[in-house]
Amino acid sequence: MIIPRLALRNLLGAGLKTWLNVVVLSFSFVIIIWLQGLYKGMGDQARVAQTNAEFGGGQYWQENYDPFDPLTLQDAHSVIPVSLQTLIDNGQATPILISQATIYPEGRLLIIQMKGIDPAQNIVNLPSQFLDQEDEDLPALIGTRMAKNTGLEIGDTVTVRWRDAQGTFDARDAKIVQIMKTSVPTVDQAQIWVPLEKMQSLTRMENEATLAILAQGAEEFPQASGWIHKDMEFLLKDIDMMVKSKQVGGSIVYTILLCLALLAIFNTQVLSIFRRRKEMGTLMSMGMTRGKIIQLFTLEGALHSVLAAVVAAIYGIPLLLYSAKKGWAMPEAVDDFGMALGEALFPVYGTGLIIGTTILILLATTIVSFLPTRKIAKLKPTDALRGKMT
Amino acid sequence: MGEHILVALDKVNLSFKKAEFAGLVGPSGSGKTTLLNIIGSLDAPSEGSAEVMGIRIEDLSHKQAARLRNKHIGFIFQTFNLLPVYTIFENVEFPLLLLGFSSDERKKMVMDALDWVGLADRAKSKPAQLSGGQSQRVSIARAVVKKPAIILADEPTANLDAENSHHILKTMVRLKEELETTFLFATHDAKVIQYLRRKITLIDGKVAKDEVYDKPTGQGEEQ
Repeated sequence: MIIPRLALRNLLGAGLKTWLNVVVLSFSFVIIIWLQGLYKGMGDQARVAQTNAEFGGGQYWQENYDPFDPLTLQDAHSVIPVSLQTLIDNGQATPILISQATIYPEGRLLIIQMKGIDPAQNIVNLPSQFLDQEDEDLPALIGTRMAKNTGLEIGDTVTVRWRDAQGTFDARDAKIVQIMKTSVPTVDQAQIWVPLEKMQSLTRMENEATLAILAQGAEEFPQASGWIHKDMEFLLKDIDMMVKSKQVGGSIVYTILLCLALLAIFNTQVLSIFRRRKEMGTLMSMGMTRGKIIQLFTLEGALHSVLAAVVAAIYGIPLLLYSAKKGWAMPEAVDDFGMALGEALFPVYGTGLIIGTTILILLATTIVSFLPTRKIAKLKPTDALRGKMT
Repeated sequence: MGEHILVALDKVNLSFKKAEFAGLVGPSGSGKTTLLNIIGSLDAPSEGSAEVMGIRIEDLSHKQAARLRNKHIGFIFQTFNLLPVYTIFENVEFPLLLLGFSSDERKKMVMDALDWVGLADRAKSKPAQLSGGQSQRVSIARAVVKKPAIILADEPTANLDAENSHHILKTMVRLKEELETTFLFATHDAKVIQYLRRKITLIDGKVAKDEVYDKPTGQGEEQ
C-alpha cells in the first residue's frame, strides 16, 4: 500500500498543476457520459416512439411490399390470410392498406401515400378514432408536418386522387378531421390516414391490406401465405444504424477533448520525470527499486483519472440528473435527423455506460502515464542524484 | 576522435571498521564521490572488487543493491534532498516505510530520530519552512532513523554556515557513539576534516595518504 499512498501524496502535493489536469479530465468524463447518454436516450426514445406509433410488436408485410420503393405499392396488397385475420379479429393485430396517391392542396400537386387504418384499432398509438365519422365521405387524419407542408387545417377539404386495383384513376375530396402531433415522421410526412374499409372500397381492394401490425408483446407469429413476418430486430435496425452513425460524429468531439486531457497528463508526466530526477535518485538511495519508482510515477499519473472521476461526480451528477429530468429541447429542424426524437431528448445513463467510461479513461490515463516512465528503467542512481537522465 | 576513458579510481585498497568516523578528502575530481557511490552500492566498480557488510557490490543486481541500501546504508547529501511535498515526519519516515515497519514502530523511531537532531517540534513542518541547517539535520535523521551500519555523507556541510556545520558534525559524532554507526564523508571542507578520526586523501583517483588520529584534530573535540 506504500506506492498508492505516496502517489496520492505526491499528486496532491503538486497542487494547481494536478487540479488543472484533473478538471480538464473531469470535463471529458462528464461530456463522454452526457453525449453517450444522449445517444442512448435518442435511440431509446426513437425505438419507443416508432414502436408505439408504427411497428407495434412486429409486422407482417405483403410479399411485394418494399417501403423504400414506392413503385411496389401498386402490387403490394392482397387479401388478408386467415391466420392473420384471426389475430385481427382477436384484437392482436391491425391491418394497414397503403396506396400511392396525389393531393392538390392550394392548387399544388403533392405525391403522398394514402393509408387505410381501422378507426377502432388500439394496436398503434395513432388517433385513428377521429376517422370514425359516418357523415363524412372521406375523413382524413394528417400529422403536423404534413399540415405544415400543405397548409391544411382541421375542417379543410383536399382532393385526393389514386389508382384503384384495376389501375383506374379515381378521386374524392377528403376532409381533414384531425391533425395529430407525433414525434414519428414516418407516420406523418407525405401521407394521409383514412378509414380502412372506406379505402378498401374506394380502391376496390376489399378485405385487402399491405401490412398488418401486431400488438406489442406478441408471441404468436403464424405462417401466412404470401406475407412475410418482420420482427422487431429487423424493423428497428435502421434506427440502431442511425444512432450508431450519429454516435460516430459525437465521439469525435469527446475524443478530441479526451486527447487534450491525456496530452496534458502526458506532458505533466514528461516534465515531472525530467524535473524530479534528483528525487528519483534520493528514492533509489533509500532503497527503492526502479520498478517501484516506475509504479509510483505511473500511479501518480493514473490517479489523475480517479481524482477526475471524483470531481466529475461532484458537478457532473447534479448536471446529468438535471439533464435527464428536463431533457434537451429539440428544435423543429430535428426532423432532419430522420428519426423520432420528439420535442425534448432525454439522456439515459446506464451503469454500463458509467463503468465503461471510467474504465476507458482510467486505462487511457494509465497508458499515457506509463509511457514516459519507461525512461526510468534505464536510470542510474548516480546520474539521477546528479540530476541527469541516463 | 578516439574514445576517452576516464579512470576515476585506481588501485584503491581500503577497509573500514565498525563505528569509524572517516573522511575522503581531496580536490574536485579526485574520486571521492565515486568511491562513496561504490561503497553505497549506487555504482559498481568496472574493475576490482568492493565488499560492504560481506557483500560484493559488483555482483549485486539492481534489486539486491537497492535492498542493501535500504537495510544497511544511510545517505546524507550536500543539497539535503528532502522530498518537498512531505512533512519532516514523513521524510524521516520514508526509509521505514520501505522496510515495512508498522505504523506504531515508525512513529516511535521517527520521533526518536527527530529528537536526536533536535527537531521533534518541527515534525509537521514542510522542508521549505526550514533553514539549511535544519534541513540537513532532517537529512541526518532520515539517514539514521533505520539505524544503518553505514552512513555516507557527500559534502554534508557545503551549503551550511560555520555554526550550523559544527552543530551538524557534533550531532553526527554523538550518533556515531550512541549507535556505533560507521560515518564516511566525502569532503574538502576543513570544518569536517577537524572532526575526522581517519582522513584518506585521494588525488587523481589514488590514495595519497591514509591517516588515523587518536582524537579529532581540531575544534571538533568530543564534548
